[in-house]
Amino acid sequence: MKKIGVSLLSLGVAIGVGLGSVAVIDSAHAGWTPRKPIEFVIMAGKGGGADKLARFIQSIIEKHKISPKPFIPINKGGGSGAEALSYLKSHSGDSYVVMATLNSLYTTPLRQPGLGINIANFTPITRMAEDTFQLWVNSDTNINSVEDYVAAVKKAGPKAWKMGGTGKGAEDSLVTAMLSKKFGIKMTYIPYKGGGKVAKELIGNHINSTVNNPSEQLGFWDAGKSRPIASFTPKGKMSGKFAKIPTFAELGHGDDMVYYMQRSIIAPNGISADVKAFYVDVFDKVYKTKEWQDYMAKKGLLPGWLTGKALTSYFVAEQAKHAELLKASGEMK
Amino acid sequence: MEIINLLIGGFAVAFEPLNLGLIIFGCTVGLFIGAMPGLGSVNGVAILLPMTFLVPPTSAVIFLAAIYYGAMYGGAISSIMLGIPGASTAVATTFDGRPMALKGEADKALIAAAVASFVGGSISVVLFTAFAPPLAEVALAFGPPEEFSLMMLAFATFIGLGGDDIPKTFFSIFIGLALSAVGLDIVSGEPRLIFFDIPGFFHGINFLVLAIGIYGIGEMLWTVEVSKGNVQMSKATVTVERTFDALRKVLGTWKTMFMGSFLGFFVGILPAAGATPGALMAYGIAKSTAKDPDSFGKGNIAGVVAPESANNAASTGSMLPMLTLGIPGSPTTAILLGGMVIWGLEPGPLLFVEHEEFVWGLIASLYAANFFALLINIAFIPAFIMVLKMPFTILAPIIFCLCVVGGYVPTQDMHDVWLMLGFGIVGYLMRKLNYPLAPAVLAIVLGPIAEPAMRQSLIGSHGDISTFFTRPISGTIMICAIGLLLMPVIKILKNRMQADRKPEKGV
Repeated sequence: MKKIGVSLLSLGVAIGVGLGSVAVIDSAHAGWTPRKPIEFVIMAGKGGGADKLARFIQSIIEKHKISPKPFIPINKGGGSGAEALSYLKSHSGDSYVVMATLNSLYTTPLRQPGLGINIANFTPITRMAEDTFQLWVNSDTNINSVEDYVAAVKKAGPKAWKMGGTGKGAEDSLVTAMLSKKFGIKMTYIPYKGGGKVAKELIGNHINSTVNNPSEQLGFWDAGKSRPIASFTPKGKMSGKFAKIPTFAELGHGDDMVYYMQRSIIAPNGISADVKAFYVDVFDKVYKTKEWQDYMAKKGLLPGWLTGKALTSYFVAEQAKHAELLKASGEMK
Repeated sequence: MEIINLLIGGFAVAFEPLNLGLIIFGCTVGLFIGAMPGLGSVNGVAILLPMTFLVPPTSAVIFLAAIYYGAMYGGAISSIMLGIPGASTAVATTFDGRPMALKGEADKALIAAAVASFVGGSISVVLFTAFAPPLAEVALAFGPPEEFSLMMLAFATFIGLGGDDIPKTFFSIFIGLALSAVGLDIVSGEPRLIFFDIPGFFHGINFLVLAIGIYGIGEMLWTVEVSKGNVQMSKATVTVERTFDALRKVLGTWKTMFMGSFLGFFVGILPAAGATPGALMAYGIAKSTAKDPDSFGKGNIAGVVAPESANNAASTGSMLPMLTLGIPGSPTTAILLGGMVIWGLEPGPLLFVEHEEFVWGLIASLYAANFFALLINIAFIPAFIMVLKMPFTILAPIIFCLCVVGGYVPTQDMHDVWLMLGFGIVGYLMRKLNYPLAPAVLAIVLGPIAEPAMRQSLIGSHGDISTFFTRPISGTIMICAIGLLLMPVIKILKNRMQADRKPEKGV
């Protein structure tokens, strides 16, 4: 076993050296540069949408040698992101931690006030994109419009119509609450562990509808197994084949049927301006790569570069909106 | 016929010099990563993912698949040699692999593991090649009620075994289930069982923490007590004669091997299940169908063969939902899936049509990886045996260090290390009091799959339990599970009736 340990260690060293030599220092960083690997905390477990996206960003950083030291992804998905938020809070002033967030950044501090998290205190780095939501049904059904959908739900009744989504209080359940309120319909909401699982359950006819992200349904949509009914985006925002999906606003159901999943990067409170500038620069470069731009276009994400104070105000405004949504859905008093 | 042509094309891809080199390198790396407690194929694939940007996408996925395969072989090594599961998939291998090593049959156990892995891998690759598209439909037909029934069957195989003390088995399962409930409740979206508000409990209790604690630390304490520190670990030697003898014995268990392979593959293709439940179920079924169930847990070679054939078969199986549905069947395939997105390959029903070369190249390299992993593994057996010749006073501290590292690595949180030490002590006490520990480990693995499946089913049916019985697949599995559960009761009744009858005859 000793032998194994030693050879594994040397393997580790070899990989380390390999990565180190790949990362040629970019002369553009005049101010602060990292001297050790950076922890890239992911606010969700391995294999979910947020995890895949963060690992994709990491791979762009590696591939284009954007940072002189590697970003090491660490999953802290416990307690709907409570674990990650507590971790970031306790690492105040640490220059070697950044975090990839999702909307639990807003909802978890609201639902678990005991954590004592004020998201305005974190250092905003950048918003990389906004992910969108659509209403999906199985293509075996003859539901083709929002009217068909509402009629089908009403006909089936609240007990028989099953809406699948991610955990209670998470994005999908809020979008579902929005939909139910708008059309005065009632459904049985079944929570699953991840959006990929939800997508599969729709194709297997175990549930009747979902509010998946485009990336989760894309493969099935392309194969003709699922059908988008309407998009929870403002008019004219989506491009490519996603532009063909009508938005609720276009269909005359009001401009308030809009919901986004933000994909942002934040850092702990109390890091220096130089450190912040370094990270903004890194993610700016990632944002501008062809890979990232292609990814957003292909997976139906909306470009959303935002940084500095504007990003903090965006977080605060979104959190206030989520407080309303949580109250409306009965998840929070 | 078309499939065979495609497969030949795939072999042409797999045997390109670069790809072949990557297969051999990947298998070797995987073998060692799998052999390290706590480091499993998930970690190996995640760590080496960025390295794959240096090569074309097809080569990259071949490399990662080779690591995955190698790690499946490697996981058995520390399970057998040290009694600590090298990877989550190899937990069941410790049950009989460790006692075999203690009896001086470590070489036989290692050969059994290698051969069973090879058979499991081969059968599953053949099944994959022949039936990939229709099997994707089977995976789709599995909704929450079917998943729950399958998990019940897994529990039933462990309870219905007889031999063990049944109340104690239940007790052990309940402890495991309670531990598996710690963390986040996805149905309500609330954290639960966060003891003393310690943030480390937010991510739940990783089952490796329990497994390493019980089997690594607990076992070590037990050995120290039993032997008073004066242990000769094992007298194992490797000779050609012994190797052939071992091979003969292994081949004698072909029924178990086939059962493990088919079961493992089938459980592997179901999204969210993966190789660990597959291996545990194969062990349970091997034991309950054996003529000598009492010899399991004491070094029965079939107890090594069953889980090892199943976990390799499952690792191929779990590629299927990943490729055809875009749903990872295991944490490792989740990382592979991330890799595919990076390389611009869109998993889903169209992957087999649009990226034919990639899919068949991958399948052919699975064949190749399986073969090379077997050769490399057997070549290293003498080196692994050397470990057992170390005096216990040296080996014990090394095992202890490996346990601590293994507890830390998955979450990189010291909280888990303390928890693991605690479980070690509890595990030792439970062992002293004759509680079976395997059911607790089984429960912490299956609990997080069974619980959401049950609650999703019941939300869907508005609390009506008949949903588990009225659906054809779910109903069939459930009835099998109940039958298995009742087996010990039937046995007791039978014995009693016979006991009643005998005196009558005497009169």
